Amino acid sequence: MSDFPYLSVLTGAPLVGAVAVALVPRSRPQLAKWLAFGSSLVVLGFSIAMWVAFQVGGARFQFRESYRWIPFWGARFTMQADGIALVMILLIAVLVPVVILASWHDAEASRRSVPSFFALLLALECTMIGVFAAADVFLFYVFFEVMLVPMYFLIGSYGGGERARRQYAAVKFFLYSLVGGLFMLAAVIGLWVVGRNQLGHPTFDWNELTHLNMATSTGRWLFLGFFLAFAIKAPFFPFHTWLPDAGAAAPAGPAALLVGVLDKVGTFGILRYCLPLFPDASHFFAPLGLVLALVGILYGALLAVGQNDLKRLVAYTSIAHFGFIGIGIFAFTTQAGTGAVLYMLNHGLATGLLFLVVGMLVTRRGSAMVGDFGGAGKYVPVLAGVLFIAGLASLALPGMSPFVSEFLVLIGTFTVNKAVAVIATVGIVLAAAYVLWMVQRTTQGTVNPTLASVDKMRKDLSVREAVVVTPLIVLILFLGFYPKPVIDVINPAVKATLSQIGSTDPAPTAPTNAAGGVK
Amino acid sequence: MSVLADGSFTAPHLNYVALAPMLILFGGALVGVLVEAFLPRRWRPMVQFLVALAALIAALVMVILKGVKITGVNHPVLTASTAVSVDGPGLFLQGTLIVLGIVALLLFADRTLERGGPFVASAAVTAGTEADRTQAQRASGGTDAFPLMQFALGGMLLFVSANDLLTMFVALEVFSLPLYLLCALARRRRLLSQEAAMKYFLLGAYASAFFLFGIALVYGFSGSVGFAEIHAAALASGNRQSLLIIGFSMIAIGLLFKAAAVPFHVWTPDVYQGAPTPVTAFMAACTKVAAFGGILRVLYVAFDRPSWDYRLVLGIIAVLTMLVGSILAVTQSDIKRLLAYSSIANAGYLLVGVLAFTKSGLSSSLFYLLAYGFTVIAAFAVVTLVRDSGGEATHLSRWAGLGRRSPLFAAVFTFLMLAFAGIPLTSGFTAKFAVFSAAIDGNQTWLVIAGVITSMILAFPYLKVVVLMWLSDPGETTPTVSIPGAFTSAVLGIGVVVTLWLGVWPTEVLDLADRAAQFLRG
Repeated sequence: MSDFPYLSVLTGAPLVGAVAVALVPRSRPQLAKWLAFGSSLVVLGFSIAMWVAFQVGGARFQFRESYRWIPFWGARFTMQADGIALVMILLIAVLVPVVILASWHDAEASRRSVPSFFALLLALECTMIGVFAAADVFLFYVFFEVMLVPMYFLIGSYGGGERARRQYAAVKFFLYSLVGGLFMLAAVIGLWVVGRNQLGHPTFDWNELTHLNMATSTGRWLFLGFFLAFAIKAPFFPFHTWLPDAGAAAPAGPAALLVGVLDKVGTFGILRYCLPLFPDASHFFAPLGLVLALVGILYGALLAVGQNDLKRLVAYTSIAHFGFIGIGIFAFTTQAGTGAVLYMLNHGLATGLLFLVVGMLVTRRGSAMVGDFGGAGKYVPVLAGVLFIAGLASLALPGMSPFVSEFLVLIGTFTVNKAVAVIATVGIVLAAAYVLWMVQRTTQGTVNPTLASVDKMRKDLSVREAVVVTPLIVLILFLGFYPKPVIDVINPAVKATLSQIGSTDPAPTAPTNAAGGVK
Repeated sequence: MSVLADGSFTAPHLNYVALAPMLILFGGALVGVLVEAFLPRRWRPMVQFLVALAALIAALVMVILKGVKITGVNHPVLTASTAVSVDGPGLFLQGTLIVLGIVALLLFADRTLERGGPFVASAAVTAGTEADRTQAQRASGGTDAFPLMQFALGGMLLFVSANDLLTMFVALEVFSLPLYLLCALARRRRLLSQEAAMKYFLLGAYASAFFLFGIALVYGFSGSVGFAEIHAAALASGNRQSLLIIGFSMIAIGLLFKAAAVPFHVWTPDVYQGAPTPVTAFMAACTKVAAFGGILRVLYVAFDRPSWDYRLVLGIIAVLTMLVGSILAVTQSDIKRLLAYSSIANAGYLLVGVLAFTKSGLSSSLFYLLAYGFTVIAAFAVVTLVRDSGGEATHLSRWAGLGRRSPLFAAVFTFLMLAFAGIPLTSGFTAKFAVFSAAIDGNQTWLVIAGVITSMILAFPYLKVVVLMWLSDPGETTPTVSIPGAFTSAVLGIGVVVTLWLGVWPTEVLDLADRAAQFLRG
């Protein structure tokens, strides 16, 4: 394990980039764009270096660094990464350059400051990495809340659609997340008080706080405070209503980051904070989590089928996918947990890709409504093909990475809770329904006559857009056939998390050779 | 036989070093009055500003010197025969008051935004007449505000260091009366300004009367007005405490009025809206500090542990304050009234910290007062910048699209709104965190839950303003943001820097507040 402070560099570099880009004058948008792209590539480089430096099978938490911050409260600037966090940070590092490329012309379309747009994207990257890297509960909370500010401006100022809807979506997003965050604040303070009384000194350090013994009722209330915030973030039904509006209003790039990364903070938070800090409460509330996740799968999928707005449709599919992740987490088996984390990565890639491709279609047509498309494949065949691939990834076609994660989640859940697994499987069928129907309605079948008059529809995939989608497709296919490198990193971390909550995997009832299963 | 002839009268010992800040400010105010009387009009603005600045800086230096001596040697002081107690919290609050006073003074002195400054040239001219209009356009503003402000600050310094109820009452009047006058000195919309002053004066007079009557009852109960003696009497007496309870309630009414707690908050929106904006800034920051300094001292020193627990009643008042402040802020359409209701809600949060009754409760309240003061003065400084030909444009609809016209100032104001909403990386968050953690520590979790819920409600009006500035298009009536002069820029810069600094690196100030958080009871 090298001593290079990867995590603070990864958190600080985008911030430096954001400040630099923000200072670029409005009259030089190209400079801002290239500067932003360069910064994101630097971050990508560092994160790949960190991946290589990570010792698979080594210590659970690596790259730990800790600096003095607020000794009065026991809050330190501490960062560390386990396999789960590492994978998430890699996802961010891969997605952000792709999103910057994809949004190359979006900022100008909104007639607002171009440097600010990219500066906000980089600031968002900084806070997102910080959330996953933080090992101090106070620091985590700070990043968790600050994350809202750049995303709010990205949705509200640069989003598409009429201004009233944009405002509404941005404010709803902000207030929902703030509400969750404030409940979590009460829980964080409660946890701090419990920790201080037991340990004798005030501390926010995650390593110390996971060794507390607390009264059952205290543990349950604190768990609820954290869980509420994460359930709103994820989002789980019934706290999901902000996502469709925000997803529809945001520009395609930030929307991809919204569902690809921001929402993962919710499920990551459950894995990293709710489960290990409050093991008894986790077991107590697991049935609730499973039910909410299950309802989310079916509800999100059913609502996605009927959507006429492409971006809202993708947002609803996100709710469905997060239901799968939720099931994987609350099943409390290593298989399901590994599947859930892998799902987080794959969903980021697949739904990110889907959002970006939908964004390309929307920019061409000038509208996100399905009714305005129809047979678009005739004009933009390559783009339609890419949309089809993205859709297939979303519905977890075998050979693409989401299939592996979905499979793991379902198998891991089946061993402990057959009913939940069976009902969840219905979600796969619904996924096929909404994806295929959407693809068919937009790019296949009879050609919509209004398309002929739209100039932009004649331009197929440009080089820039090809560069945007290629890395994502390559990753999806590669991890679909060879997910081992990632699973090797995730598995020990999930095992350690589950052992912290005192869960053991069920012994196999018949001799099996299941992939990634219990040895 | 007269006592003097008897020769047995001993003069009280006055520790001039400890009293120096107050004496300097009163001296500065007197010099200011002389300047008003004798100096030709042309010279007055510059000289008054310099006199006030010099007095404030000198007072600050004395406070720091005394503070360094205290923290070094741990030597708080009772002086003026125990009427004044210059201890840790007293010094911290005095320092806070003076620093905030310096920042507000910069706002008072700014003459670049409006020709002649923010104050009326001659307050005696009848509002609405031709003479009034002429003087609003051309005449150079009156400079009475400077000595009045120094009197008010001097009174506030005494208020937070008073060690008995009568001294406290005297200080209360000394700082309130100049404030009533200051509210009447607006250059534009003079009727509104005079109405605000009248309202403040009348309601303030009632509150002071309650305060005085409460003092009388408490004196009847304990035989003394000194905090230490009251405390001893409250502990000693067994069951017949009705006098104490009623007296304490009336004292609390007087104090809570100044602090703008529900249901004694009704004056706040009207007075904040009518007063000249620099005065509003001064009041929002310094009066709050003074009022809570008084509340802290009275509660922690005098009425610390009586056999009856008033925490529930005060807790209900805190919850109501937070609720009313946040709910009513949502519906406001005038930015100054919105900030006034936010000020009321913040008084509720401060009460949450006060009611913890632990050392951390005291230190967190001190920190909150300091952090909040800077943010609120900067917020009102931005309000002074948004103007059209008729003066300040405070109706919210006029702020639409400000982000397009003046992104820098809209960004500054957005940052201040985020600070009020309690987003991390701002002092608003660290202050709220300090206060909430102290409350949970002091077993007042219900107050924290109420605080969290009202924070959510309160976030909405701030967000509304941010949305209005950035996400709306500017209309024809959107005014431009005036280019601030050096003074207002300094205020904005200081406010933003302190808000950011206390949000990202609050350690030093938290430690300072903690070291200062030990009342002297003697």
